[in-house]
Amino acid sequence: MPINYIQQTRDFYEHLGYRPYQWFYADTPAPWTSLSKPLSKSRLGMISTAGTYVKGQVAYFYKDDTSFRKIPRNTPVADIRFSHVTENHLVEPRKDPNTIFPIQALNQLEKEGFIGELSENFLSCMGGIYSQRRVRSELIPELVKEILEQKIDLLLLVPL
Amino acid sequence: MGAALDILRAGKPPRASFIDYPLGTSAGKPFDRENQIELVRSSLSVQEGITEAGSIITLPLQWPEGWEKKNQMEQIEGDQRSPRDTTPRYQTEEDRMLAEN
Repeated sequence: MPINYIQQTRDFYEHLGYRPYQWFYADTPAPWTSLSKPLSKSRLGMISTAGTYVKGQVAYFYKDDTSFRKIPRNTPVADIRFSHVTENHLVEPRKDPNTIFPIQALNQLEKEGFIGELSENFLSCMGGIYSQRRVRSELIPELVKEILEQKIDLLLLVPL
Repeated sequence: MGAALDILRAGKPPRASFIDYPLGTSAGKPFDRENQIELVRSSLSVQEGITEAGSIITLPLQWPEGWEKKNQMEQIEGDQRSPRDTTPRYQTEEDRMLAEN
């Protein structure tokens, strides 16, 4: 039985005496674009909302950080880091980043020919931002710009 | 590809796969390369087959039983989470020094 995380967060906030956490509910139908070619001929990008950064890059902060990082596809796994408001879910990723940032699996699947090719950089941002307005006005336009420049056919979102 | 079904549904992505694993491991079990590759491969495969906007396919992989209980948020006294401010939260002190010097 899948865990109801939205209710769990609501209960946690109520217990602490906070106003209810304002979850995002999409108010438009799911968008749709048909795939133009098979996966084995497609260029794939990946975006993680786990607050992924590479050793040497600036980490994320916890109050409405709308920045993003480029993570080169050949980054050594040992240099991949995370900073995200839900630190309790970072225990395993900090031991093995592949649990939430599947960099080795994607490189392997490209090698096998299962994926046509990968974009040069993967992307990451903070998945816990309180201001939906700022996500829409600051983060999304910058991400869209970067994604379009990558000339990818598909984007894999790995949320946290 | 996500591990929180209710949050996935709320976001209405065009096509998605759901894996009933603990949050933080939606791309596979730690240090289990085979599981990680299988998960990403199945995830991409099922999504390639989706023809209806908003479909979320549940992957058949299982995490050992009983993890849901451990995953429940503890009803602790007071808010013990890190402060919500604009100071970057580095994973290690070495990271901070590398990035800020």
